[in-house]
Parts: sequence; C-alpha cells; structure tokens
Amino acid sequence: MKLTVNSKEIEIEADPDMPLLWALRDLAGIRGPKFGCGIAMCGACTVHVNGEPVRSCSLAVGDVDGPVVTIDGLPDGDKLHVVQEAWITEQVPQCGYCQSGQIMAAVALLKNNPDPSDEDINDSMSNLCRCGTYPQIRAAIKRAASMKAEA
Amino acid sequence: MGKILRRTFLIGTAAIVGGVAFGTYTVKKPYDNPLDGKLADGESTFNPYLKVTSDNQITVMIPRSEMGQGVTTTLAALVAEELDVRIEDISVEHAPASNAYFNAAMLEDGSPFPHYQRDFMADTARDAMGALGKVLGLQVTGGSSSVKDAWLKMREAGCAARETLKLAAAEREGVAADTLRTEAGHVIAGDKKIPYGELAEAAARLDPPSNMVLRDPKDWKMLGKPLPRTDARAKSTGAPIFGIDVRLPDMLFATIKMNPKLGGALKSFTADGAKAVKGVVKVVEMKRQDKEKFGGGVAVIATNTWAAFQGAEALEIEWDDADYPKDDAAIAEVLNEALTRQDQTPRDDGDVTAAFADAPQDQIVEAEYGVPYLAHATMEPMNATAWLRDGKFDIWTGNQAPTLIRDDTAYEVGLDAEAVEVHTTYLGGGFGRRGEVDFARFAARVAKETDGKPVQVVWSREEDMTHDTYRPASKSKMRARLGGDGLPVALDVQLASPSIIASVMARTFPSLSPAGPDNTMFHGAADQPYGIENYRVAAGIAPIDIPIGFWRSVGHSYNAYYMESFLDEVAEKAGKDPLEMRLALLKEHPAAIGVLEKVAEMSDWKAPARAGRGKGLAFHLSFGAWTAEVIEVSLLDGEVKIENVWCAVDVGTALDPSIVKAQLQSGIIYGLSAALGQEITFADGQAEQTNFDTYDAMRMSQCPNIEVEVLENAKHLGGAGEPGTPPAIPALANAIHAATGKRLRQMPLSKDIDFV
Ligand code: FES
Ligand code: FES
Repeated sequence: MKLTVNSKEIEIEADPDMPLLWALRDLAGIRGPKFGCGIAMCGACTVHVNGEPVRSCSLAVGDVDGPVVTIDGLPDGDKLHVVQEAWITEQVPQCGYCQSGQIMAAVALLKNNPDPSDEDINDSMSNLCRCGTYPQIRAAIKRAASMKAEA
Repeated sequence: MGKILRRTFLIGTAAIVGGVAFGTYTVKKPYDNPLDGKLADGESTFNPYLKVTSDNQITVMIPRSEMGQGVTTTLAALVAEELDVRIEDISVEHAPASNAYFNAAMLEDGSPFPHYQRDFMADTARDAMGALGKVLGLQVTGGSSSVKDAWLKMREAGCAARETLKLAAAEREGVAADTLRTEAGHVIAGDKKIPYGELAEAAARLDPPSNMVLRDPKDWKMLGKPLPRTDARAKSTGAPIFGIDVRLPDMLFATIKMNPKLGGALKSFTADGAKAVKGVVKVVEMKRQDKEKFGGGVAVIATNTWAAFQGAEALEIEWDDADYPKDDAAIAEVLNEALTRQDQTPRDDGDVTAAFADAPQDQIVEAEYGVPYLAHATMEPMNATAWLRDGKFDIWTGNQAPTLIRDDTAYEVGLDAEAVEVHTTYLGGGFGRRGEVDFARFAARVAKETDGKPVQVVWSREEDMTHDTYRPASKSKMRARLGGDGLPVALDVQLASPSIIASVMARTFPSLSPAGPDNTMFHGAADQPYGIENYRVAAGIAPIDIPIGFWRSVGHSYNAYYMESFLDEVAEKAGKDPLEMRLALLKEHPAAIGVLEKVAEMSDWKAPARAGRGKGLAFHLSFGAWTAEVIEVSLLDGEVKIENVWCAVDVGTALDPSIVKAQLQSGIIYGLSAALGQEITFADGQAEQTNFDTYDAMRMSQCPNIEVEVLENAKHLGGAGEPGTPPAIPALANAIHAATGKRLRQMPLSKDIDFV
C-alpha cells in the first residue's frame, strides 16, 4: 500500500487494519510518533492526516485518506519549525517521551488559532504528560505564536 | 555481586554491620576505568567520566539515567566547569554498566538517621552506608541522589583531566605547568592556544598532580546558572532516543502476557489463535520463577509490534491464583490488623504513653488516614531490546539500574557478567519503576528463543499498568495532645503498610534476606524535624504479597499526607494559624523557617481568604530538601479547581536553578495527579485499572499556576526529583478543608469531592 508521509511517497506491506502508528514505526521506520496507550487516551502518537491532528494508534492505516505529517517532517531541512524552536527556548521537555505528540498538537492548534488564549490551550491540548511540563508547554505555545506573528 | 552482598544487605535498612568489616583498603581501592579497552581510534580517556578524541570531541559519560531530571545537563556541567569547556561544545553519553559508577549518596540516605541529625553517630552511619555503596558498586538512579553523589566525583574528574592536560602541554612546550591556563577547550600557553584534543593522548598517560584544588564556587561560569539542556533538541524533534526506538538488523518484535494475578503460575494455554495472526513467528511459555516471585506467562514473537499485540490478545490462557488477598476488602483487613501492631518503632522521644495517660479529652486530637496502591504509569511503557548471539549478550533499555540489569540478565542467559553489555537509552519516564529488572529479564528470556536475532519486547499499556511494582496501600492512626500554649506536646503516629524493601529484595536479590528495619516505611513520619517533646512513630508490617516498589518519593508520598494533614487538624483544634504553628515547632531549623516564610510571602498567606477560595499549607523534609508548599483552590458549582501552587524549596546549592524548579514543579504535578483520582484497586486478585481511561493523571486544563522559589541556605545538598511530591497532597487537602470545611482523610481525594 502507498502512503504519503512527510511529503514522500512510501510503499509498505501492511495489513489495512494495522494502526497507522505501528505502520509508521515498525514498517516505515518513522519513529517520531511514540506509543503510550494504544487507545487514543494519551496523544503520544499524534500525527497530522490531511493537516488535522490524529491519534495514530487508533486510526487503521487502511483508512488513511490523505498525506501524513509526523514530527520527523516538521523541520524544513536543518531549520526547525517555529514551534520546535519555541519548545527549545522554553526548555519544555523533561523525559521528552510525550513531546512529539505535544508539538504536533500545538502545531495544529496554532494553524487554526494564531493567538490562542489560556482557555484555547486548555481546550485543545489534551495530551498527557506524566512529567508535568504543562506550564512550559503553555509558555512555548505563546512564544511560538508571537514568533510567528513577528515573522 | 560479590560475597559481601550475599552476606548482608542494606539499601534502606539499618544493616550497616558490614560497613566496618570491609577495611580501609577495600573501601579506598579505586575501580578500573570501564572505558579502557573500549575506545575508538584516536580516543583517549582520563577517568570513567571523560573521553576526548584527537580532533577535540569531548564526551562526558553520564553515570545516571536521564529520565527528565536533567542529569545529562547538570552532571555534564560538573565536569565541564572544572575542565573549562562550554556545555554547548561537549557531547554526553550514558555510561556503560560498571561498578565504577556506584552510587554512594543514595545509600547514605538509607541510614536510619534523619537528614538534620548531624552528630558523630549519624555521620558515621552515613559514611559506613556510603562505603558500602562503593563496595557493592550499585549503579542506580534514585533517591534524588544524582547531584549529591556526583558533586565531588565529577568535578574532581574534570579538574584532574584539566591539570593533566596542562602537564602534557607543559612538557610539549617546555614550560612550567603553572605558567599555563585553560579556556574553552584549550590550554593557553602565552599566545598559543592548544586544543585539548592535541594533548589528550599524551595527557591520558600522565598521573594527575596530587595538589588539585577545585574551583571556588564564586568563580563558577556554568554551575549555579540555568544552562541549555543537552537533550532539548533531540526531545523536540522526535529523535529515536528511547528504548522503544532501538532498531537493529533483522530485528524481531515481541510482547509478553504475564499472569495478572501477580506472581501466580500459568496453568495452561492455547496458542492456535495467536499463531494464526499474520506476522506472528513464535509463541513461547515464560515459566514462573518462584524465587523472584515473577509469575508465569507467554511471549509472542512477531515481525512487528502490532502483530505481537494481536497475537497476545488471541491467546487463551488459564491462570493460577496469586498468594495475596484477592480484593480491596481483604487487603484492608490485613492493613487494619497491622495497624494494631508495633513491629518497628523507629522514633520514640519522651514518653508518649504517659503524655496521653493524663490528657484531658478536649486536648486530644485523633484521626485515621489511608491511601491506595498506585501505578507509576511512565509515559513510555516498559520495554527492552535484547540480542543473544555467539556467547555475547547486549541489551538496550531505558533503566535506572544498569549493573543490576547486567547481573540479572547474565543469569537469565547463562553468561558471565563480562559477556553482557547494557546500553542505557533515554527513559520515557522512570519515577522508580525502571529501577526494577523485570522488563530486562523477560527480554533476555525471549532473546533465547530467536536464534541469534535481536528482539524488542514491548509491553502493552495494559500489561504495564497491571504488572507494576506498585506504591503500596497504607493506613495510619494519628493522635496528638495539645499543651497549654496550643502547640502539640505529644504526637503518636501508628502506620501500617507492606514492606517495600522486602518486596524489592525478593525480585532483585532473591538469594538474600533483608536485614534490619525497612526505613522507607517511616520516611516522612519518623524523620521530620518537628520539635515535639513526646514523638513516637511505630509501624506494623502488613503481609500482603502484591509486588510493590519505589514510587516517586517512596514512603514520603503517603507519610507526608498523614503528618501534614493531621497537623492542620491539630492547628484547627488549637485555634492556631497552621503557618504560626509550624514556625513554632521548627524554630530550631533555619532552613525550615526560611522556606515557610518565603512561601508565606509568595502566597500572601496572611491575606484574608477570598470568597469561595481556600489555601492550604504543608511543610516537608525529604531527600535533603526543605520544602514548603501553599495551594489555593476555588469552588465552582461544588467542584474544586486547583488555582495556584506556591513552593519554596531549600536544596543548599542549586547547580541549575531552572532544572531544580522544573523538577519541583514536575513532582508537584505528579502528587496532585494522584490526589485527583488515581488508585489501583484489586478484584479477583488482579488490578482493575488497565489504561489511562481508568487511571488518568493531571491534564493541561487542570494544571494550576505554579511558582517555585529556590533557596540556598541549607548546609547540606538536597535532591530535587522527588521533594515536590510529598507536600503537594496535604497542601491540597488542607486547602480543600479551608474552602469547604471538609476534611479528606482518604486518597485519592476524589473519593469525597469532585474536581473540575
Ligand atoms: S498511543 Fe495513541 S493516544 Fe496514546
Ligand atoms: S516530558 Fe515526560 S511525559 Fe512529557
């Protein structure tokens, strides 16, 4: 089966029922999205399909009907995405395991809402972080918003 | 493990007997440098912490495991500061498994004396435990001890390397070493700048001069200031740095399904359904190991993780029962019975019995508290990648105890420890769970079945949550007598819980039996610095064989809740302000007064309460950190919302204030997550919660505003990873009492109140 991932067309031999997460990680070798729960409860596996954030552990690869973007495809060559830059500036990650999902969720939020309030952030950032980096995530989203506005 | 370990054991126990017996020679004798013989071409090593290549690539070996607490930054900075290199110019690597990276500080904290007791006896006990740590060579990350342990060792490593580099430069340039200085990875000789790399090979052969002096803290360029984390970029780009991301040629993927009645055997199973799943390669039985108390189960090996998961689901298995009470009611009975026993009395100041004997009833305060089992629920489920071939075994895994993993997996695959190499990856959360060995041992066993191919064994979240080494359930009975001035003159604490040390020992060192009391049971109750004349702590050990382990802050996680909520009840009864009462009881301890006054100022404690709001205070001393927290809640249609958390902590010296703050914040959220609704309950011998739908944690929308201030007045270094957790729960319970009048004596607090 063919998929477009991070602007590249890839060919994988997958059971159409296999969750997109495992097709990416184990078949295509794309390991940015992480496995946390397998039941759409934590968001560690968040990727974009057709530009929308999706929990890839709970979407069958056979049902993917558009281009997929993972955190691995966010940077433009060596240049990181502004959300990633903001993440580094705010020193967000602790263990780091949830962060690729958090960043993908944040990128999606900022695309729809370039200047999110605390409440908007609360409403759309539902990914779990066991290290409790929420205050830094909040700060990084706001920083990214102002970096984007300046750019 | 050497003979000594087989004779006595100790972590967290008072068995320091062996300490003296080692003799000075054994204790002083240095370990060999584990990097020797493992160097690439052009690489030199000075000591276990440092590698330098001829083209000036400097690598600091990190002896502890990076699980978010910043050791790959702060410990690297200890070396870099003395070596005179910028943190941006070095690389970091997790060190290999070696006894040379022993953790003495963690064992020192296991001595039975409280942190604030600094006299001959207490210091001797601490030294003996530290010496034992060295002799045992346990390389462990835990007990908020990483900085304490590395504090001297890693600065000395950097300093020794710098001085030998200068010696090598002096020899090469034909000048005296004391005419040279160092700067940003170079030795400066007059107007010549020689990169360390050019000198490394010659320098590594020299002995460091004996008169080395560590830099005066006032000259520090990096330590004491917030540094950019060395792992921030990798962790903001989804880099494949975790155990689950390991990929090797021809690798297989597997999962396990072990008896959810923990420790029980497997009676029978049918693999037909599993074998029918496309991608499943092999199904193997995992035999119960009686000594280690690991139950029986089945492993499914496949060509990808999802096929392995599907295969595991398709197994039909009949499980045997476990050896512990089947459900929560039966567990509570055992705890209640233990609450009547004094198996250990770690503190007995004054005469508590007499103090209560003649107490008027209206001067007595009594209450009972309880907490449930808790899972660690690290973000990354347990996993390990194992490769057994040609008499050699390699294991890649995020773990907190590399030398234990080395020894235990060597035993599993029947090789000597020398034939085993442990590759510690970044950890997707640890919190104590990855100090266990089960995930590595199971992977080693699976690797025996794959004909020389590497295999990654990943647990499903369900497997992870139902096979944790839980934070134990516990109960307490608290009693205080007020004196004439309204301050408590007697405090009587009766605890009941199973012993964590006994459970850990059985799994980790099955051939040993623990000696001495289990101090972790009383941490947070017996070791608090309150000046109460008659102060007794006793504990009954509840014989419940559910596997339990070290959960962020261990005994402090529940004893702080008992102590600090109860003191709030005492203050209420005495009509005293909770802050004033603590200031009076802690007046001998300036560090305690410092954090209390600071947090009072941060939270505007004295301001009259706003309508519909309430503030609660807790103080706690854990892992050498003096911590005070105030939490403010509001009520919204009868639901509690956590609005603000203010925290003041004194860690003596904060090597990286920004990482210390982040750790305190993280610990606070970890504790509040437990209060918001976490509990592991048992029915028919198994944990009822299996995933984040039934065992959740705090989310962004519930996260309060959190402010942390770091003070540096305490005389001794304190840890940062755990101390935020213990006071968070009682501060919240006390705030809820202030706002609602309800006293919540059962965790999770959500049992009796709804949270937003
Ligand atoms: S792994 Fe997909 S939401 Fe948790
Ligand atoms: S940074 Fe560890 S789970 Fe979020």
